[in-house]
Order: sequence, then C-alpha cells, then structure tokens
Amino acid sequence: MRIAILSDIHANREAFDAVLEAVHERGSPDELVLLGDLVGYGPDPIYVIEKAADLVADGALCILGNHDEAVALNLSNMTENARFAVQWTRKRITSAHVDFLARLPLSLQSGDRLYVHASAERPGKWPYIRDVDAAERCLSASDARFVFCGHTHIPAIYYALPGRRPMHFQPHDNVAAPLSEMRRHVVIAGAVGQPRDGNPAACFVLVDTQRQEATMVRVPYDHEETGRKIRAAGLPGWLGMRLKIGR
Amino acid sequence: MQRFEAGTVIDGFELVEKLPAGGMASLWRASNPLHDFPLVLKIPFLDPGGDVSVILGFEAEELILKRLTGPHVPRFAGAGSLSQIPFIAMEFVAGTGLADIVSNAPLPVDEVARIGAEIATALASLHRQKVVHLDLKPENVILAGRGAVLLDFGLARHAELPDLLGAESSVPMGTAAYISPEQVLGERSDPASDLFALGCILYQLATGEEPFGRPATFAGMKRRLYHAPRPPRDINDAIPRWLEAIILRCMEVDRSRRYAEAAHVLSDLRNPDQVVVARRKPPTEGAWAAIMKLFRKTDDRSLVGKPTLSRTQAGPSIVLAAVDLANGSDALAGEVLNETARVLASREDSWLACVTVLRTEIIGETPAADESGRPVYLKRLVALKDWAHPLHLPEDRISYHVLEAVSPADAILDYAEHNDVGHIVVGARASSAIRRHLGSVSTKVVAQALCSVSVVRLKTVEEQGRPL
Repeated sequence: MRIAILSDIHANREAFDAVLEAVHERGSPDELVLLGDLVGYGPDPIYVIEKAADLVADGALCILGNHDEAVALNLSNMTENARFAVQWTRKRITSAHVDFLARLPLSLQSGDRLYVHASAERPGKWPYIRDVDAAERCLSASDARFVFCGHTHIPAIYYALPGRRPMHFQPHDNVAAPLSEMRRHVVIAGAVGQPRDGNPAACFVLVDTQRQEATMVRVPYDHEETGRKIRAAGLPGWLGMRLKIGR
Repeated sequence: MQRFEAGTVIDGFELVEKLPAGGMASLWRASNPLHDFPLVLKIPFLDPGGDVSVILGFEAEELILKRLTGPHVPRFAGAGSLSQIPFIAMEFVAGTGLADIVSNAPLPVDEVARIGAEIATALASLHRQKVVHLDLKPENVILAGRGAVLLDFGLARHAELPDLLGAESSVPMGTAAYISPEQVLGERSDPASDLFALGCILYQLATGEEPFGRPATFAGMKRRLYHAPRPPRDINDAIPRWLEAIILRCMEVDRSRRYAEAAHVLSDLRNPDQVVVARRKPPTEGAWAAIMKLFRKTDDRSLVGKPTLSRTQAGPSIVLAAVDLANGSDALAGEVLNETARVLASREDSWLACVTVLRTEIIGETPAADESGRPVYLKRLVALKDWAHPLHLPEDRISYHVLEAVSPADAILDYAEHNDVGHIVVGARASSAIRRHLGSVSTKVVAQALCSVSVVRLKTVEEQGRPL
C-alpha cells in the first residue's frame, strides 16, 4: 500500500499543485491524506480549500489544523502574522468554505495509522513535537503503530522500542527511511506550503507499507510567484521571504 | 524457542546443513530454487528475556545488507519477518577465512600487502555505498576468488539511515582487539574507523601479535587512546619501513593524521616506493615530563580529532594528472598543471599522481637511451618532477610515474582503475586529421574512465580568421 501525506499547505497554490503533480507522477497512491493547515499565511485559500474538497470527494482524508480552526472559529490566539493572515483569509472566503473547514476532524485512524495535525496528545491544544519527550507523550496517547503529524514544518521520524525512549532521526530528502517492524513511529511530515528546515522546496511524505519505508519527497516550485502574490495581497512581507529561504 | 533441523522449510528456503556459528545466531546452508547462488540462512537466537542487542543487530544487518551491492559483500536473498521467523538469507561465499590465515601470522611481507590491498578494495567499495562496517576483524573477512568479501553487518552504520542500534546503547560496540578509539568513545559514523581496524589486522598479519590484546573492560579498550602499540618492526625486523609506516598511519588515534580513505591505503600498499617513511621520534621525554602528562587533563574527544567526513566530501582523494612531455613542457602542459592545481585545492589532503607515458612501438620494447646515452626513462622522470614543481606539494602528497605503453590511454586508465583514482586531468591537443583518424588519448580516457575526467584544451586563436 502506498500513502501520500501532505501537511501544512497554507494556501500556497503553487506548492500544492507541484506536489499533487509529483504525487501522481509516482502513480496514484492508495491513500491520500491532507494533514491539516490548508489555509493561513498564503494567498490562495479559496483555491486550496476547493481543491481539497474535490480530493476528499474522491476519497482523500483531510484533518483539521490549528490555522483551519482559527479561520473557522475566528480565533486570535496566534502570532501576529498568523493572526493577520487569519483575518485576511476570513474576509475572502465564503461561508461554504468556512463550513468545510469547520467540519474537518481533529484526527482519523486508518488501519494501524493515526493521522493528526499536531500530536496524538491533546490534539486540540496543538502541541509541537520538537523533541523526544513530546514524541514520547504523543505515542503514549495512542496505540497506533504509526502516528503521522505535521505542524512543526520540519521533517522528522521518531522510532520507539517498547518501554524505551524514542530516538529522533532527521530523514534525508528523497532517501527512503526504514519503518521498523518492532518499533512504533511518529512521522513528522515536512510542510508543503511553508517549509522551515532550510530547504525551500515543498515536502510531502510517501509511505510504502510493503517495503516498510517512508520518504520525505522534495518538490521545487515557483515560490517567487507565491511571494509576489503575498505582497500583492497585502499580506506581511516576511511570509513571502520565508518561502524563499525555507525558514 | 523453535527447533530447526535439516529439511525444515522457512519462507521457501530449505535448511540443508547446520554450520558452526557464534552465540548470536545459528547458520544453515540452505537452498531455494528462486536463487541461483549458494545460500546461507542466519537465524538469530531470540530467547525471551535474552540480550536485546541480538535483535537490534539482526535489524541493523537486514537494513544494511539489502542495500549493498557488488563483489565485496554476500548477495542478499531475503529476510524473515520478526513477527514470524526472523532470518536473513544471503549468498554463501566460498573462500578462505581471514581468521584461518591470521593464525599462521607473521606472514611474508608481500602476502601482508596483498591481503591488505584486497581488504582495502572491499572497504573502498563499502564506503562508497555510504556504509561503515564498524566490526572489521579476521572472522568477518573471506578471501574469495573475486576478492575480499566482508561479512556480518550487525554493527554497521549507513550514513543516510537512522542508527537504530547506536541509539539504544551507551557502551562502545565493536570487538576489543580491533575497535577504533573514536568507537570506544561512542562515535559510529566515520569510515576511518574501519581503516583503524584494517591497521590492526595488518599489524597482526605482519607481526603475529594483536596490537592491543583483547581488553575485557571499557578502561582497557580506552588505553589505546593514550598508549601506542609496540612498533611492528620492534617485533619483527623483517617488516620493511614502508609497511610499518602504512600500518601506523592506519592506527593513528588522531584522525587528522590517519588515512581518510581506503583508496589511499590501497594505493600505498601497491606503491611501496611512494610511501613516505617518517623518522621515528626518539623517546626524549624524561620522567618529569611523563609525570606532568599524567596530571594534565586531556579531553578524550580532542585526542581522536575530527571525523574524516568533512575531508572526504570536499573533493577527490586521489587526483591523476596525465601530462604529455614528449615535446617538453609546452603550453598545454602548463594548462594541465593549472587545472590540476584547481582540482587539488578542493581538498587539503588530496594526493596527486603525476603520470606521463613513454610511448613504445611494440609491447616490451623500451627506448632505453636517447642519442646522448642518457636513459630516456630517467630523463622523463626529471621532466615530470620539474613540471609538477610549481605546485609545491609536500612529498607525502605527490607521486611520479613514467609508464611505458603502446597505448597511453590504456596506461592511464589502468593506473586510474588500479589505484582507485577519484579524478583524472588530461590534456587534449587541437584537432588534426591524424588525430581524428586514430582517436585521441583524451577521448578514450573520457569514454572509459570510471571516475570524473577534466579535459584541458588550449583556447585557439584561429577562429578569428574563420568566415562568418
């Protein structure tokens, strides 16, 4: 079984399109997952929500992210740029778009895999998994063999043997990392629409359950165009700059 | 625990005959019609409550062996799931175990060099595939018809995969007699660790003794950070200085002084006359200095130096510059020199092999002397050294080779392949009717070299006259 997992698209149309093209170039996956944060930061929320709705209609799974929740519920408990982008997004989308976001589930289980945007541990509080402790708490809140998260925008895999502390691994771009038969895993997908690991190329996860491998696939896209749109839309300039440097 | 006997079939592999094995796994000759090579099945002992390192080593070996290719590792044939019957099926490699050879040490010098070159070749192949063995020892080397084959990747590490084994252990992993100082300190990522183990094996082959014995404790293994083993020539004075120099450079504690690449060890073992023999430091330290040293706080990490990876990734280790000096050092030879300097500059410890070819008409015929009676070979060697002089390379970074050959291209290619050269710099003359007919040296080198090639050509000025 092949699974493509796309997280943190953040209303970045160019990155989303490039990644979907890359997904289909590799043969249609058996499971397509949108792991939350469809909107926020980026200039194309309508395009991304509608595309996501189409994919869901075709069988894709889609999870709620903290930015999706903030847009749906008009929340303001975020950083200044994120708050600004939430308000900017709310002004542009229709109630149908808001409805789509509002109905997204916090997590979904499929087979031995749990999909959740931030962490299995108190998912609605949106904790970040940035270290072994957070990964350990995530695993102890679930019994799935694999927990797939996004939220940090930095790819990582945590491997945990029963009764032991997980180990952190930073997977190499485009190199398949092994999934171990005797361990549990937290796989942190890099971001499609706003990578922060120093590489501006969009990132998605490709899982092959037969080969027991997960690959952080990197897809270069026209981030200058996205940056231009961000400036033209009156969104904060830093949101364009960070796409360029991948931070 | 499940019992296995001859005739048992596991995932299509039929067990044929039990082989002698150590305490971690049982070994079986096996057969499977899907594979056209002889097979061996390694079945780990997984007792409940047993040593967890057995299962971790099994996981590591499967992970790495299935990614390796080439003649220097057994071919991977399959693996069994941990949830059913865990096993690794691989090629049975026929040959002589190095452990049997070691028991006859000390061996003649040319035998030591030959075996060392075979292991260095195998290590170069392994390291090119981004894997460090980390448990190189005679028991894990088979000398087969196709060269040395390395076995047992249970402690190995792949540079691009998670170190699932290392993360679970805080004690040094390896074999006490051969483990490198940085492994003793817990580092598991440097290919130079395998070169240290190779040095220990060469030491043992040449002297008949293990350089550090077999310490059973951590403190015992750590001694090698502070105490050098007895120099090989103190044990066996039949060992030539060049071989001692190679062995000791493999066994340097400080990795900035150790070989960084197996290819360099190989090259030195094959070209003994090029090995620079350092004068051994006389023991000038008095008792007082020894006492001072005892109280000075040293940081173990600083003793083993930096990992060699930063060096090996910077550029090619061995550069071959092929220069045509038949007509003296001309403008093209000057440009080849400039390009060579640029390639060498990418890496501070790169090593240059200067090659020029004395063309002979028939194989075996050598133009012994010129009209003035001076040996042509010697004259060309002097010219080659003069050509390279502006590079100002220290003698341990450069070697000179005047090759006699009918085909210069073949001579260059042979040398490059034999010495695992990483980059060739070669000049190309302007096109001419004869050259087009015969094919140029550089064209053939570019077409057939196994490494990168820079072709240097002089910019011509004739184009100005060409009609537009």
